[in-house]
Amino acid sequence: MLRYYLELAVRSCRRSKALTALVVMLMGFGVAACTLSYAVLRVAASDPIPAKSSRLFVPQVDNFGPAHNGNGQPPDQLSYTDAMALLHARRALRQTLVYPTNFGVVPADPGSPPFPQAGEAVTADFFEMFDVPFRYGHGWDDAADQGRVPVAVITGDLNRKLFGDIDSTGRTLTLDGHDYRIAGVLGDFDPLPRYIDIASTWNGFGKLPQVYVPFARALEQRKPPLTDYCSSTSAAPYVSDWNGFLASECVWIDGWVELPDAASAAGYQRFLVNYATEQQRLGRFAWPVNVRLRNLAQVLVDHRAVPQGSKLSAWVSLGFLIVCLVNVVGLLLARFSRRGLEIGVRRALGAPRRQIVRQFLVEAALIGAAGGVLGVLLTALGMLGLDRVFVPEIARLARLDAFLMSLTLLAAVAATLAAALWPTWRAAQVRPAWQLAQG
Amino acid sequence: MRMGMQVQPILAALRRHKAATALIVLQVALTLAVVSNALFVLHTRLAHLARPTGTDEANLFVIRNGWLGHDDGARVDARMRADLATLRGLPGVRDAFASEAYPLQGGGGLPVGIKRDPAQTTRPRLAISYFADEHALETLGVRLVAGRNFRAEEIARTGSFDKVAPASIIITRDLAQKLFPDSPALGRTVYLDGPSAIVGIVERLQGAYAGSTVRSIDEDTVLIPARLADPDGTVYLVRAHSGQRASAMRASVAALLAQDRMRLIDPGEGVLTLTQVRETGYAVDRGVATAMVVLSVLLLLATAGGIVGLSSFWVSQRRRQIGMRRALGATRGDILAYFRTENFLIVGAGAMLGVALAIGANLWLMERGELPRMPPWFALVGALLLWLLGQIAVLGPARRAAAVAPVAAIRAD
Repeated sequence: MLRYYLELAVRSCRRSKALTALVVMLMGFGVAACTLSYAVLRVAASDPIPAKSSRLFVPQVDNFGPAHNGNGQPPDQLSYTDAMALLHARRALRQTLVYPTNFGVVPADPGSPPFPQAGEAVTADFFEMFDVPFRYGHGWDDAADQGRVPVAVITGDLNRKLFGDIDSTGRTLTLDGHDYRIAGVLGDFDPLPRYIDIASTWNGFGKLPQVYVPFARALEQRKPPLTDYCSSTSAAPYVSDWNGFLASECVWIDGWVELPDAASAAGYQRFLVNYATEQQRLGRFAWPVNVRLRNLAQVLVDHRAVPQGSKLSAWVSLGFLIVCLVNVVGLLLARFSRRGLEIGVRRALGAPRRQIVRQFLVEAALIGAAGGVLGVLLTALGMLGLDRVFVPEIARLARLDAFLMSLTLLAAVAATLAAALWPTWRAAQVRPAWQLAQG
Repeated sequence: MRMGMQVQPILAALRRHKAATALIVLQVALTLAVVSNALFVLHTRLAHLARPTGTDEANLFVIRNGWLGHDDGARVDARMRADLATLRGLPGVRDAFASEAYPLQGGGGLPVGIKRDPAQTTRPRLAISYFADEHALETLGVRLVAGRNFRAEEIARTGSFDKVAPASIIITRDLAQKLFPDSPALGRTVYLDGPSAIVGIVERLQGAYAGSTVRSIDEDTVLIPARLADPDGTVYLVRAHSGQRASAMRASVAALLAQDRMRLIDPGEGVLTLTQVRETGYAVDRGVATAMVVLSVLLLLATAGGIVGLSSFWVSQRRRQIGMRRALGATRGDILAYFRTENFLIVGAGAMLGVALAIGANLWLMERGELPRMPPWFALVGALLLWLLGQIAVLGPARRAAAVAPVAAIRAD
């Protein structure tokens, strides 16, 4: 029967070519617009570390006070004082401190000029905590942190640029005129959105930092953070030099803790409260304790990792698809109601309503599938122009994979079927005798 | 009037096609809701990215220069002064100065709080600063509307931790009006980290944050007479002689490297024309604008297609009735007018519903923080656009209807 209905559907499409083409085009464009927006949104809103995202938290301590913080929330980053206290308390399974900074890389070859390179100062747990894969070597241990040992971990890209595709561990990397021993070379590491330092960069899709050095070593070298925030109206004493900066209430350090379950997260929250209470007692905070433990998902939302434009375009695309669908409902209504005679004959020959419904739904599905195929083609075409519409860093990551293709097809068929429900129901209401008498 | 006389029979006919009529009305309404909001987004973005920086963008370029090894402030300052002398001496270069940021950078400028009174307890007015010297105005190409330029002896060396308390500052007219709405700002003293006299006012100069985000302080800019001897690096802003920017850029980088190799200039992103900076700075706005245009055009085409489809269907359904009317003396013009009036009524109803929907959608998007408030005339312009589109779309089917011969009345289909 399905085969017969398909034949009927094809015949009907041949009879009204223009109308069929119109419906197919509407579905194709409608679905393609949605798939393209979804492809971008999928990249922008993806979980950067699915295996661990529920275990990673950002601790926040309000050292600004209600008069100077933003909307009553503690600052996103930590002051040096609080960062050190949390690091040394070791109350989490793992804890790390991070701040982005720029290095000047001096290639060993005297012919090639030095170049600037974005990097990060991190503590030992960083690599294990964020599941950072190593191609060669490894990170460093707490002793290296404490001893301010000049070691460095570099990405595969920087390794290729400096040494070729070899195991460079143990070799020397010159940063800002100082020698570092390469402890490890990263493997395939490219988390998106870039969540780790998003509180510093406010950019989930910037360039990946290529150099990682021990936190304490970077401080010893007085490597300035890319961003710091010293609450503008704070009455804190004026920062006059590097040591004053470290002692100040300026916030500039991204803190992360790994807490494996709800109990340990609750425990850490209590620890933060106790810590802030202690600071209050010491006279540092003259306001009610205000601490927060945000999980990774919340951090991404709060730092608008998903750009506004991609959300807006998703809404607009959805609106477009709905308009296309309403259009298709009208066109199918016209198309099906023209077939009164055909329906009347079939009904008179004994076809039950069910069969009429089936026949028209098959026809709708066929048209939907054609729309889906067009949609896939248009999506592929649209991928080429995505970077004109969306942030190029995100657009270039959007891919038309098998999942997206089947989603497009499925959405087109499902949407067309939904649009066909009412016209089909109306078609099935045709009374055989009346229709035949009219004809 | 011919059109008016036909309204009654049209309404009677439409009552027999309630479903299809309702669908077209709904479609027109939805299209209007989406298109008017899209046009509004387009309008806001275009207005935003068309804003001038106030500088001679066509001839400006920037060199982001890092220092290798951490020198102390005095050594960095000496290197900066030597670099500036070299740059200013190059044949293609008109002028140059050093700062911490450049227009349309999207960040980098030092935010400063400005008080009118040192004892003021309310929040100081926020502005974005550029470190500048006596060459800054000439380099940027900004026009002084009151007061004077900085003098060479006013330019001090400052470090990253030093207070921002210059004796004199130059501010934009925009900031001047915000600080002193009722009286001239020139000559007044304001307080940053210390007292500063306003010695000059420039017509317009955007701060480094101006870009794809909307801030109300984009043109509230302060020029601070100092060289920031930051061991981490500096930005050289260079203005080339008209038409010589490309060669001046190459010559500048070569001259700087020849003078001192222990510096960091990224070959890709270290040397940028202000045209390039504008391109990247407004990429998001341009992208959204493009998306809105594409979607609006698709949407209008879809609606036009729907109108053509359903009108054609109705025409083919009513061939016999049309023939009858023609046989009874209606002219081709009457038939044409009938379908055009019908379309006018349907699209009109859709447009009215659509204006309400458009405003509703705008309010909903406003609540979600995605859009500002849309002036109602956007929806009205959209309604006019759709009405025109409807008339154009119905023209083909209506002509075909008018071409139906009177004999169709007695001929079976």
